[in-house]
Amino acid sequence: MAEASSQARKVWAPWNEPGAKPFVRIEGVTKKFGSFVAVDNISLDIYEREFYSLLGPSGCGKTTLLRMLAGFEMPSTGRIIIDGEDMSTVPPHKRPVNMMFQSYALFPHMTVEQNIAFGLKQDHLPKADIAERVERMINLVQLNKFAKRKPEQLSGGQKQRVALARSLAKKPKILLLDEPLGALDKKLREETQFELMNIQEKLGVTFIIVTHDQEEAMTVSSRIAVMNHGCVEQVATPSEIYEYPNSRLVAQFIGDVNIMESRIAEVLPDRARLNVVGIDAPVQTGRSVNAAPGEIAWVAIRPEKMVVSLTPPADTSVNCLSGVVWDIGYLGKLSVFHVRLEDKSIVTVAQTNRKRETERTITWEDKVYVTWSPDAAVVLLA
Amino acid sequence: MLPDQLDVKVTSQPLHGSGVLRFVRECPPYRWAAGLCSVFGIQSRSLTVAVPYLWLLAFFLAPFLIVFKLSFSEILIAMPPYAPLYEMAEDGYLQITLHLENYSLLFQDDLYWKSYVSSLEIAIVSTMLTLMVGFPIAYGMARAPRPWRLPLMMMVILPFWTSFLIRVYAWIGILKPEGFLNMFLTWLGVIDEPLIILHTNIAVYIGIVYSYLPFMILPLYANLEKMDISLLEAAADLGCTPFKAFWKITFPLAMPGIIAGCFLVFIPAVGEFVIPDLLGGSSTLMIGKTLWAEFFNNRDWPLSSAVAVVLLLLLVVPIVWFQRLQAKREAQLN
Ligand SMILES: Nc1ncnc2c1ncn2[C@@H]1O[C@H](COP(=O)(O)OP(=O)(O)OP(=O)(O)O)[C@@H](O)[C@H]1O
Ligand SMILES: [Mg+2]
Repeated sequence: MAEASSQARKVWAPWNEPGAKPFVRIEGVTKKFGSFVAVDNISLDIYEREFYSLLGPSGCGKTTLLRMLAGFEMPSTGRIIIDGEDMSTVPPHKRPVNMMFQSYALFPHMTVEQNIAFGLKQDHLPKADIAERVERMINLVQLNKFAKRKPEQLSGGQKQRVALARSLAKKPKILLLDEPLGALDKKLREETQFELMNIQEKLGVTFIIVTHDQEEAMTVSSRIAVMNHGCVEQVATPSEIYEYPNSRLVAQFIGDVNIMESRIAEVLPDRARLNVVGIDAPVQTGRSVNAAPGEIAWVAIRPEKMVVSLTPPADTSVNCLSGVVWDIGYLGKLSVFHVRLEDKSIVTVAQTNRKRETERTITWEDKVYVTWSPDAAVVLLA
Repeated sequence: MLPDQLDVKVTSQPLHGSGVLRFVRECPPYRWAAGLCSVFGIQSRSLTVAVPYLWLLAFFLAPFLIVFKLSFSEILIAMPPYAPLYEMAEDGYLQITLHLENYSLLFQDDLYWKSYVSSLEIAIVSTMLTLMVGFPIAYGMARAPRPWRLPLMMMVILPFWTSFLIRVYAWIGILKPEGFLNMFLTWLGVIDEPLIILHTNIAVYIGIVYSYLPFMILPLYANLEKMDISLLEAAADLGCTPFKAFWKITFPLAMPGIIAGCFLVFIPAVGEFVIPDLLGGSSTLMIGKTLWAEFFNNRDWPLSSAVAVVLLLLLVVPIVWFQRLQAKREAQLN
């Protein structure tokens, strides 16, 4: 069963289907505060049952975008369409959206139970139904012992769980989560991530989640939108974003990466050749590049896709750098080598720790060779 | 729904660490006193705590005890116009004479209890009116753009810069039959005959609402201003209309401010003298007026002291009871 559903998830990609209708449509939305542009002409399509993450540095406009979806801010220009309905004139209390606030916004004069029941009471559900649903929610977030407490008597993480339960209680079509797991410790965080994914599968809710934490975004998302300065830099699945970032910013924001400024030497249909500026090392890529020879581009290579060795490889003419071990970080499963090249720039290589009998271990000041396969290098034009 | 905590305990709580106290602590007299006390083994900390209590003792309890003592005395045509409470009798005994007539008179003559009831009634009605006028103003101030708030607050406080008496007096000019209000309404064509407002209870209500409005607005404003707007957004997000969100969120959270404001208006309004005297009519019965008449017209200091003591009990007993109830409720919650 679990196997089947995870299989289903892998091929489930409505954004690639030409006929699929997006559930949430953000059309050319701009938000200005005075002359400051917080959200700059963003267009996004989000599909039903997606787990959509907004990722980006602090102040890039993630919360503002969510607040426009919830209806607390009106776009300066552009439209938001939810389930085929233009939201321009729909007030927040009529939108099929619930939001979990970054500041939780729990009602201080109500107990945990009353907070969770608040939204249900607005729908005038029968008392018994409300009580039952509240209890389910309290069980879900494991707050049974605290049901009768007021928010001020809870810890940060507990408050966060109340806020989550409160926003989930109404079974909204879309759930907006603003940094839902920020205040939780690692273990609880992972459990809750898992729980969120479970809830999403069970209830079929569409999640739009803001996070600072790229690892979290990678784990839970169907797609990630990376934002910067109010603009969307790239929208793609976690693996696409990791493997094929479209700009230096995205590459640097998600995971570690080595970025080398290079000049394009030759562009062929199936590959390209570049020269790293400064050390004049030739690089060959496994894909073509949409640029002309002579232009500047950046070669991005993930540290774990590089290999460091004491002995020179068979072919040192391409995809090979030589330098001196500057620093070594031991991370248990991995060792991270910082290799200093001729031009004093540093390349980071992550290598799993296997004891190789034939080789002595690499240590500080060793002269080493760093190599990678042509497929590992991504050429970035911005 | 009632809130957990109330800010009405203002006078009974020592003001730990507040700016005033810090100022007091740095004053040389305080330092000398603290130095002197430390010689006798009293810590400066307990002295700090004692300061507000000393204040209360000197300016509240001592005058009260004097009035209390007076109320058991007997009227005399003399200066001072009352008989001493105790005398040294000839045989060396101390003779104490407690006159309870003052109190029994309060219950016999229906003027007094009618004055009390009427005062409470007028104070309750005008407190409610003040709340109804003050709440929207405080709400508007708290939601105004930040740079406007200080000027708005100044405007609320501004009337205090003129004498209270003159401001109440000015209302006579507005409310009298040929006054501004009637002139204006006649000019508008709303009325043909001037309205008789002056020297009625309505004029007293207007006077009290006008005079005590700042005391309602300031605690309400302080309370509403610190309310987190995102709570209202959360309520809206959960499907609550703005009107309902006001009653479910804003109002209960404002309760400490409402209660503080109501007490600040209600308590002085019960004993109010100037407003009913200037604006009220001969039929306006208020205990402040009765007390004044007893004191100045009849020069019956003991009886007016008894009136004052009963008034104080009438106010203090319910407040203490209310606080007890509140404390019990809080204890139950935890
Ligand atoms: N009401 C407002 N008035 C003026 N500027 C605002 C307002 N709300 C947000 N901003 C500005 O808009 C920008 C985006 O804010 P936003 O809260 O959306 O950032 P964010 O991406 O959620 O950041 P974080 O990750 O720190 O929560 C910020 O520079 C912020 O200062
Ligand atoms: Mg934010």
